[in-house]
Amino acid sequence: MRAFCKLAFAALLIGFAAPALAQGTGNASITVEQPYARATPNGAKTGAVYMTIDNKSATADRLTGASSDVADKVQVHEMKVDNGIMQMREITDGLPVPANGSVALKPGSYHVMLIGLKKPLTAGETFPLKLTFAKAGTISVTVPVQAMGSNNMGAGNMGGMGNMGGMSNGSSGGSMGKMEMK
Amino acid sequence: MRGRQWLLMAFAGLFGFSAVALCVVYAVGFRGPGHGVAAVAPIGGPFTLTDDTGATVTEKTLAGKPYTMYFGYTFCPDVCPTTLFDLSRWIQKLGPDADKLNYVFVTVDPERDTVKSMHAYLSSFDKHIRGYTGTPAQIAQIAKEYRVYYKKIPTDDGSYTMDHSAIIYLMGPDDNFVTVIPYQEDDASAIAKLKSLAALTPTS
Repeated sequence: MRAFCKLAFAALLIGFAAPALAQGTGNASITVEQPYARATPNGAKTGAVYMTIDNKSATADRLTGASSDVADKVQVHEMKVDNGIMQMREITDGLPVPANGSVALKPGSYHVMLIGLKKPLTAGETFPLKLTFAKAGTISVTVPVQAMGSNNMGAGNMGGMGNMGGMSNGSSGGSMGKMEMK
Repeated sequence: MRGRQWLLMAFAGLFGFSAVALCVVYAVGFRGPGHGVAAVAPIGGPFTLTDDTGATVTEKTLAGKPYTMYFGYTFCPDVCPTTLFDLSRWIQKLGPDADKLNYVFVTVDPERDTVKSMHAYLSSFDKHIRGYTGTPAQIAQIAKEYRVYYKKIPTDDGSYTMDHSAIIYLMGPDDNFVTVIPYQEDDASAIAKLKSLAALTPTS
């Protein structure tokens, strides 16, 4: 019964998430999958957008910039925690998207940073984001805002459902992670 | 034979681990409860700051209760809100033990993080967590006491981000360093550490 419920729940999530899975617009080579942002704390001036960028063409591309109505500035950043120290840098020469490959923007790694948020990002809302690529041009995506701490496990990532407890980023897991670990 | 080899390896491993653990404990200046011995480069010390309600706070404000201390800034898009969110979830899991600890978020960006903005920011997290800010000199002082690294990194647009230590310090009731919760610690381990810390609360 438990297994059945898990399966049913996963199926339900996939159903919800399906529309958000791929949002490429007009350009066949680059697609943006599962974009999402986390809700921001009260008064926060910055936010981060995560996604997977897929490149189906045989030539490499670069994400060179982004813009959105919700923030004064949008930049592509690399974040890492090295030896317990958080470091964040703007990627000024573009984030490489390998030919026939993909690049993941995720918590603790690359993100599209929203600077000067005009209002807090609230869970359940969506906002538009334009991504500019060196070769593929501009791609518009709609970014859903998820709960704070979410790592987008709801978005059809069925493979992750079964072994949630063993995931290396379990600590930053949101409500989904908690449900699975009980 | 295989069994014996395994046992030998296990012992060697255990010894190695213990040795390393001892070195780490020594290096960070662990002071066991009741030991009046001066620590090797202790973590923690006197400070004067302003909390997010505008009140002046010092190390004495925290005396008598164990506490957690995390250094970050509100313009931080990823690690800081995630850490404060995780801490909030852990606090909620502590149940009645939650009140045995103080929880402090100290900004490393005093120029932008005012009393007011710290207060607004923390309203999104567990109400136990207090925010401390101060003058750049006061922040430099506490960062030195807690051996926290932070550095302003200018960006092309004339603004800046902050590099900073992303670990939660767990401190005992006598301001003695106990341990840390590193970035992305798993829930079970972090909660166990906080519960052990709560158990250090003096019973009076």
